Amino acid sequence: MQKRVEEHNDKKSVRDLKIGEYGTICCLKDPEMGLKLLEMGCLPGTQVKLNSRAPLGDPITIIVNDYTLSLRLDEAETIMLK
Amino acid sequence: MTVVTQPEIVENPPVAAGNPVARVALVGNPNSGKTSLFNQLTGLNQKVGNFPGVTVDKKTGVCQLSATQKVQIIDLPGTYSLYPKSLDERVIIDLLYDPASQHYPDLVIVTADASNLKRNLLLFTQLADLKIPAILALNMVDVAEKEGVKIDVPALHKGLGVPVIPMNARKGIGIAALKILMSQQLEATPVQFYTLPQELRPLTDTIKARFGLNTDYLALHYAHQYRSLKFLTAEEADWIEALVQTHEFKSNVAQADETIARYTYINELLLDVVRVERVEKDEKFSNRLDQILTHKVFGYLIFLAILFLVFQAIFTWASYPMDLIDQGFASLNGLIQDNFNGPLVNLLTEGIIAGLGGVLVFVPQIAILFAFIAILEETGYMARVTFMMDKIMRKFGLNGKSVVPLISGVACAVPAVMSARTIENWKDRMITIFVTPLMSCSARIPVYTVLIALVVPEKYYFGFLNLQGIVLMGLYLIGFLAAIFSALLLKVLLKARERSYFIMEFPVYKMPRWKNVGITIVEKSKAFVFEAGKVIVAISVILWVLASYGPGNSFEKAEQKAIVEAKQQNLSQTELDNLISSHQLESSYAGVIGRTIEPVIAPLGYNWKIGIALLTSFAAREVFVGTMSTIYSIGEEENVSTIKNKLMMEKDKDGNPYFTPARSFSLMIFYLFAMQCVSTLAVVRRETKSWMWPLAQLIYMSGLAYVMAFITYQLLS
Repeated sequence: MQKRVEEHNDKKSVRDLKIGEYGTICCLKDPEMGLKLLEMGCLPGTQVKLNSRAPLGDPITIIVNDYTLSLRLDEAETIMLK
Repeated sequence: MTVVTQPEIVENPPVAAGNPVARVALVGNPNSGKTSLFNQLTGLNQKVGNFPGVTVDKKTGVCQLSATQKVQIIDLPGTYSLYPKSLDERVIIDLLYDPASQHYPDLVIVTADASNLKRNLLLFTQLADLKIPAILALNMVDVAEKEGVKIDVPALHKGLGVPVIPMNARKGIGIAALKILMSQQLEATPVQFYTLPQELRPLTDTIKARFGLNTDYLALHYAHQYRSLKFLTAEEADWIEALVQTHEFKSNVAQADETIARYTYINELLLDVVRVERVEKDEKFSNRLDQILTHKVFGYLIFLAILFLVFQAIFTWASYPMDLIDQGFASLNGLIQDNFNGPLVNLLTEGIIAGLGGVLVFVPQIAILFAFIAILEETGYMARVTFMMDKIMRKFGLNGKSVVPLISGVACAVPAVMSARTIENWKDRMITIFVTPLMSCSARIPVYTVLIALVVPEKYYFGFLNLQGIVLMGLYLIGFLAAIFSALLLKVLLKARERSYFIMEFPVYKMPRWKNVGITIVEKSKAFVFEAGKVIVAISVILWVLASYGPGNSFEKAEQKAIVEAKQQNLSQTELDNLISSHQLESSYAGVIGRTIEPVIAPLGYNWKIGIALLTSFAAREVFVGTMSTIYSIGEEENVSTIKNKLMMEKDKDGNPYFTPARSFSLMIFYLFAMQCVSTLAVVRRETKSWMWPLAQLIYMSGLAYVMAFITYQLLS
């Protein structure tokens, strides 16, 4: 599941979601950060929704497993969507 | 003053056989109500000590289970899993992974947020697989029910194999049941939540045999975390490293597989336990509130308004109790001096009691700031502040949460440095603590005002812009820029010990729990008085000795000289007394040091008289005004205009005014940058648990002060 996706430009990540848009996690790009995200419940196959953006665009909040999680854009970028 | 120095280990007096549980550890996710539960169980019966090497406090408390039974409760930092991501979380594995340790808990209470059970159970299943007897405190059941989440407690109990207590730690519901359970002999759960894959067995079996461990899972953690476990010797760690390499153990992969396996197990378990009827009710309310509170315009305006309120409070409201404390100590001193006499009395009044006063005078500011911070944290607003400010602050190596310490630093660096505690990341917190004292605090104001009044004319532009006010604002701005750019410098210099994450739960808005707010205030004030207070009183006494004694019989000589001069000039008794103290200060050890450092400070434009003021200012900056008035024998009347007039009359050897703009601005710049505050240094030591940081601050800031004052003086003169 920690396959390095080199051509990630073609693939969508949580970063690319619009507010209110849903997506399903396919895999996590950064192995170390992936561990943290897994612990927070961002498992492959889980549905996420982009909930809000900070006034300056970064960080963002997403809804995963019925709770709100905040994270920076660089972190959101590592969560790839199906 | 030696009350809370050691990390208290409450030696449980072996209450015969009726004491099955001696040590209970509280573990849980952040925001799962762990602190509330700890406060409910122990009340004010808490001790704050140190965990070695980390900045998180070790909070222990005694809980009275029944008339004869007591247990010691230890509150561990909130965490999402047993794989620590920050230094502070490592405290947990140090405690739980060494069964041979005398601090190994007999029982863990895992707090879990009922409305978010899935994620909370991850940590529980990890702990359960270590086979430590456990109780699940199912917290916030009422919130969950309001959101339409119904939990079948008997089914959960059956699935987990440990007692489950539904509770509301905020209101104290469920505490009694929890206490009864704690007093019983509990067994570890028979359920195995995660079974190690076969290929890891040879590795874990070898580790298990070598260290005599009783679970495979603990052996697996040794394989993952041998470098972080402090109780392992270097030789033991090397042995594990070699073993891990021969078995080609991939820590990241194994961890990811384990987390996924655990979540799969939990999902199946919860299918029969949790029924969701309505969802996202509270979240919707929080979301609506967020649209205003984190709005592009209103969000910042509201935050600014809150900051203004906090700033006003520390600045204005605190001044009433502070004045009372000041007056109280002054009249106590007066009372003692009127009734007793002798050098010991002077040591007591001018050294110890004055030092104590200098400590206690900060308590109102600390209490008020932490009341606000606790409320902002409790309501969940602080998470929004971090959210709004993170992008800007990150550019300077800071963190969204650095905003509060920096702004509070304008009032006083002491509570400000303490408030940096809310920053989890080590590097961000150290940078914040390091640069906060550069913000111009209220103690610099008297210095600024005297010197500005001396050299800046009272001119108005456009009828309302006061030149003196503009200069004062400029000084604050320089302080802010110095803080920001020092942060930038440290961002480059300092190596991160851990990755900086922003991945965290965004809490829903809640009403603050006033009991927690109250305990925070008491705890912070106590920590300051007892731990920073010791250093402050000690240094105050040393500075008093330096200013009150001189080598040999120099003091008598100074007095004689003053009497002779007074006779020639026909001075009154008060003027004579002032002249005596002025001459005595001149010949004291402080005076001697002032003269010794004169060649060093001469390039900044200072003479030995200013040298003495600089020296005594290390106790606290505001002492500058007092020392100047003593040196220039102005006497007790520390009135700005009297001092100003006296200083204006001071002439250099050519008969020109001594306090030129160059000299005065050089002094202002020096006070702006220099680390002249024992209280701040003591607090930084306490907060960083090391002398390295306060020393680095002292050298950096004072060095910067020297260079900047030098440039100012040379440019202007």
